[in-house]
Amino acid sequence: MLSAILVMVALAIVIGVALGWSAIRFKVEGNPLAEKIDAILPQTQCGQCGFPGCRPYAEAIARGEADINQCPPGGEDGVKKLAELLGVEPKPLDETHGTPKPKSVAFIDEQTCIGCTLCIQACPVDAIVGAAKQMHTIVAAECTGCELCLPPCPVDCISMVPIAEDLPHWKWKHPVVQLKRVA
Amino acid sequence: MNRELFRFKGGVHPPEHKAESNGRPVHAAPLPRELVIPLRQHIGNPAKPVVNVGDRVLKGQLIGTADGTISAAVHASSSGTVVAIEPRTMPHASGLPDTCIVIETDGRNEWIAHAPVDYRNLPPAELRMLLRDMGLAGLGGAVFPSAVKLDPGPTHPCPTLILNGGECEPWITCDDVLMRHHADEILQGAAIMQHLLGCTEILVGIEANKPEAIAAMETAVAKLDFPVEVVAVPSIYPGGGAKQMIEVLTGRQVPSGKLSTDIGIQVFNVGTAHALARAVNHGEPMLSRLVTVTGHVLRPQNFEVLIGTPMQALIDLAGDRDGTTGVLMGGPMMGVPMPNAHVPVVKATNCILVQSRELFPPLPRALPCIRCTRCANACPAELQPQELFRFAKAGDFGRAQEYHLFDCIECGCCSYVCPSHIPLVDYYRYAKSEIWAREREKRAADLARERHEFRQFRLEREKQEKAEKLAAKAAAKRAELAAEAPSGVTSAGAAPDADAKRALIAAALARAQAKKAEAAPKNTDHLTPEQQREIQEIEARRAKIRELARKPLESEEDA
Repeated sequence: MLSAILVMVALAIVIGVALGWSAIRFKVEGNPLAEKIDAILPQTQCGQCGFPGCRPYAEAIARGEADINQCPPGGEDGVKKLAELLGVEPKPLDETHGTPKPKSVAFIDEQTCIGCTLCIQACPVDAIVGAAKQMHTIVAAECTGCELCLPPCPVDCISMVPIAEDLPHWKWKHPVVQLKRVA
Repeated sequence: MNRELFRFKGGVHPPEHKAESNGRPVHAAPLPRELVIPLRQHIGNPAKPVVNVGDRVLKGQLIGTADGTISAAVHASSSGTVVAIEPRTMPHASGLPDTCIVIETDGRNEWIAHAPVDYRNLPPAELRMLLRDMGLAGLGGAVFPSAVKLDPGPTHPCPTLILNGGECEPWITCDDVLMRHHADEILQGAAIMQHLLGCTEILVGIEANKPEAIAAMETAVAKLDFPVEVVAVPSIYPGGGAKQMIEVLTGRQVPSGKLSTDIGIQVFNVGTAHALARAVNHGEPMLSRLVTVTGHVLRPQNFEVLIGTPMQALIDLAGDRDGTTGVLMGGPMMGVPMPNAHVPVVKATNCILVQSRELFPPLPRALPCIRCTRCANACPAELQPQELFRFAKAGDFGRAQEYHLFDCIECGCCSYVCPSHIPLVDYYRYAKSEIWAREREKRAADLARERHEFRQFRLEREKQEKAEKLAAKAAAKRAELAAEAPSGVTSAGAAPDADAKRALIAAALARAQAKKAEAAPKNTDHLTPEQQREIQEIEARRAKIRELARKPLESEEDA
């Protein structure tokens, strides 16, 4: 009887120590779920979801404080992926946060730009080059199309230009099943 | 000819239709009035234009220079004037425009100075650069810059060179005709390849349905001082695919995701060998190629065509007929439909196949997949096309990749045998380009995330730096004041900190006073009562405005 108790106690101590040690040794920094959600989000950093960037939104979803349908740039596809990851039912995009738009980049009309640097301060990915009283320009390859530079511009010289399809980015379309020959 | 041959899995036997075009002599296509030369004719970076509109160019003159390692130059195919550098519709399934250099020919066909290259006394790296600047790209269909393929690299010895004369696609005969007429030059090209790659074995694989080409190549080989083996391989589509040709000739398979050079084999199309010989032995860049014009035309035949010639000109030469329903670039199995017949011939154009309803009846409506696995039996890449189809259709691209979608060579065997007439290859192309697009998006998102995180870090750092700077300044001031103040003033009861703070405030107050005195309005004494009144009025107005300005703010705060 006593030996059995001793064995169980010894086992409990050994396993407890092992678990305690591994909890310290293999501690995961940050929330791994937020990490996974962040990987799905499009990183537009537009704030349309109501959070200051994709990462805070991901963390809010991970905490259960935000819904999965608040990201218009991610579109229905993004909602589906998030639903799959979180094991919930996908739902339509919440229109109060905006609607998906074709992918665009910002364009500064350099004739009108007065060099106020307000857009530079607004750009979440530092994709605008310029200095005070110098003409600004967008680094198109780095622009996420978040439109955050539009409201601060005092002379409305920034417009969004949809990205045109060109040869290297052209995609084969999903084959169309022709049901009936038209004409 | 007693080499042991192997058999790749699958394959089909479509009707060959080679006799239509391989019997007629090869004609040089006449010079068109306008040459449209795309800058993107090869895999990799497009060439960069080095001429301007209005420039006169000579035949063989460099008009677009190679941009980066995986790129090739483009040249003026004839002499004339550059009339435009603008987007024109490309010979591409998309029908999208891309930058082309348009040359109005002057009919003189005037060559730029060119000379043979003494390749044996040239460092290999220099020779490869020269070939890149000659615009050499694979003529088998993939148009991969040849200079890159001719670099074995320090870690990949390449003992075997295979010249691919398979030409397994139905209707196409340009390689057949080239081997019949230019066997010597093809082998000269092989000698240059051997020089660059250091290979010990050269094989020429030709499908057995081209006896004339085999005979011509064997005659040419007999004259050589180095061993070359001409091998007749069985005619099974797609036996002319590089991986299939390797398997038939050597019995070895290129592992998934690897290159043939990883197993010590390099494969070139016979047309590329010919172009290489022209480039090195005559100093001629890649300006023309053999093109088969066949299908629904009066006289199907091969033409020697300048790059940039409109396809319609060749169709007219071969005899345009009524009832044309479309034009394919390439053969019926792998060819891509052209947006119209006025697109230019490019380095990749091996065949212009004119379609008609009789020759190429429209496919019956696709029926559901019955999972008969005929496609799996026909697939030369040993894939499971029915599964790939299922995943591609459902948009499950991850699973499609797990089933090795990217090992698919798009040969079309699966679509050919499908009893439900499903355009399977179209689904694979769709899935592949969708995966590439997603990878691009993923890269862009990663870049955006990285830049956003750095920005956050930068803002935080700037804030901290500012705070530190202010703290340092305050500390310096405090030290200064402490030094100034006589030690006796510090009362024993009060804490020295509070004292120092008081001193700081006093100093700041003194500074503010001084500033105020400096900025005090001048010329305010000896004012007339009128002026005084005016000033008061203005002051009252200002006060009112301030009041007004404050009000909405307060109301906002209340809200």
